[in-house]
Amino acid sequence: MAQVSSTPNIAGKGNVNPVRRSKWARLWHNNKYLWLLFLPCLLYFIIFRYLPMFGLIITFKDYNLFRGMWDSKWVGFKYYRMFLENPDFFLLMKNTFLLGLYKLVFGFPAPIILALLLNELKNAVFKRFVQTVSYLPHFISNVIVASMAIMFLSPSGGLINNIIVSLGFEPINFMMKPEMFRSVYVLSEIWQHIGWETIIYLAALTAVDPRLYEAASIDGASRMRKLWHVTLPGISPAIVITLILNIGKVLEIGFEKVFLMQNPAIYETADIISTYVYRVGMEQGNFSYGASIDLFMGIISLIFIYSANQISRKVSETSLW
Amino acid sequence: MFKKLSLFQIFSTIVLLIVVVITLYPFVHMLAVSLSGDVYVMRNQVSIFPKGLNFKMYEIVLGDPKIWTAYKNTLVYTVLGTLIAMVVTSMGAYALSRPNMAFRTPLTMIIVFTMFFSGGMIPTFLVVRSLGLVDTLWGMVLPGAVSTWNLILMRTFFSGIPRELEESGRMDGLNDIGIFLRIIVPLSKASFATIALFYAVGLWNNFIFPLLYLRSQDMFPLQVLLRNLVLAGSVSSGDVTRIGGDNQIVEESLKFATIMVSTLPILIVYPFIQKYFVKGAMIGAVKG
Repeated sequence: MAQVSSTPNIAGKGNVNPVRRSKWARLWHNNKYLWLLFLPCLLYFIIFRYLPMFGLIITFKDYNLFRGMWDSKWVGFKYYRMFLENPDFFLLMKNTFLLGLYKLVFGFPAPIILALLLNELKNAVFKRFVQTVSYLPHFISNVIVASMAIMFLSPSGGLINNIIVSLGFEPINFMMKPEMFRSVYVLSEIWQHIGWETIIYLAALTAVDPRLYEAASIDGASRMRKLWHVTLPGISPAIVITLILNIGKVLEIGFEKVFLMQNPAIYETADIISTYVYRVGMEQGNFSYGASIDLFMGIISLIFIYSANQISRKVSETSLW
Repeated sequence: MFKKLSLFQIFSTIVLLIVVVITLYPFVHMLAVSLSGDVYVMRNQVSIFPKGLNFKMYEIVLGDPKIWTAYKNTLVYTVLGTLIAMVVTSMGAYALSRPNMAFRTPLTMIIVFTMFFSGGMIPTFLVVRSLGLVDTLWGMVLPGAVSTWNLILMRTFFSGIPRELEESGRMDGLNDIGIFLRIIVPLSKASFATIALFYAVGLWNNFIFPLLYLRSQDMFPLQVLLRNLVLAGSVSSGDVTRIGGDNQIVEESLKFATIMVSTLPILIVYPFIQKYFVKGAMIGAVKG
């Protein structure tokens, strides 16, 4: 042991006298292999994550594919103003925010409740079966989930409408009614992810000290009281962390599923920022305008997650950073 | 063996059974409809079991060369994409997990920042386009080569490996790359499997990359074909429209058959690989 630790000391002493440059040489010598391992990853992040951020200067230019980024004309805040003055601006903001809010309000407690119910099960085999089944939809693609939703809700022979008709009601054309879209979307999200999202809570539940339950039983606590005073406090850090993450993501609704489920008849509620950006930017080719809207929302989203984190740090001493 | 069940347990068992039914019924129903005769489908008589069992729809779906092309494309994108992603992610994650790597903290911060902010759809498209990756195989696998979340997850895996193993490798004269390849990789097979499965599922299900970066039909993966067949309603080939008297109903079973054909691999493999996913999610959960 002594021998091992003395060797670097000698080497260190030998390197004190020479020029400062040797510090960099040593840094290179000690790290070159790790840096080499990291290099592909770094290149990926530079090219596919940071270069696009740099490319955001097109939001201040009149970008055009043939002229390229450098030769396009500077236009200042033209596209931001254009978006703020767009009559659809408030509608898009409202749709994005409400869809995210409903998803948070209904989608956030659902897996907590499911996890608590699973936790009550004594039969391990049945518990594992329910878990396995409920995780499944998380691995089904958005294309399939959207297809299923649209087909089951179809007014002509769709599964749900068949049930409605057999109960003696008129079939409802769900996907053509703007007022139904948010419910359909949020329910499909819950169906898809409720099981998977229980994992974090189930992990937290196994960490709750069983002695606390015993102590509560000795004190004569009922099942509900144990749930309230032992279980919930035990998993509250997991709940808070997930809540911050979800609040931060309120405006980042997945593009894919909304895009796949919407149609022009229900744009009134189903059109959100990201689908609008896709239409304006990718379909109509107005790259600068689309990117401006995206950046605008990105910054608002960043403010959202930052504030959620700050508030949680003050209130519960739990935070992401 | 009779155990007294509390009211609460009975209640939760019933609720959980309902959850199971709601989750599984759509798949069972689609399978049943796709295997049933037209008449029964038209009369809405099919629910759990197929009536008038026949494989006509599957013959049509599997007889369509487009499905096979799309299947092949999806397989290629998934396999190649997962391989590339695993190489880049595991090497990067290992480097970031070493406390002695210089500039580890700023590099980690640079990476974590991308979880909260990105250039967005259009600037990313312009980068992909200017690299000449549009409508190529590389456009499908490179822009998603590293998922920040998976990278952080793998870094957590690697941080858990005892340092002594690394020291022993160093004694044997291995450099960091040697240690990674000969000691760390063989020790982390389960973690590799977990992350590889996350990537593979993501690539298999990916819709937005082909939507943004592919133009030619014969490059389309399964998800895009599915969307075109099922959602956009354009029926694949002429034969199909000519089959039934009532197109809409036949279309329903045909669409369900198409969905089943593209989902069956996941449904079959899923129960066996499920534990790996959960393991990965658990690690993520512990670390926050």
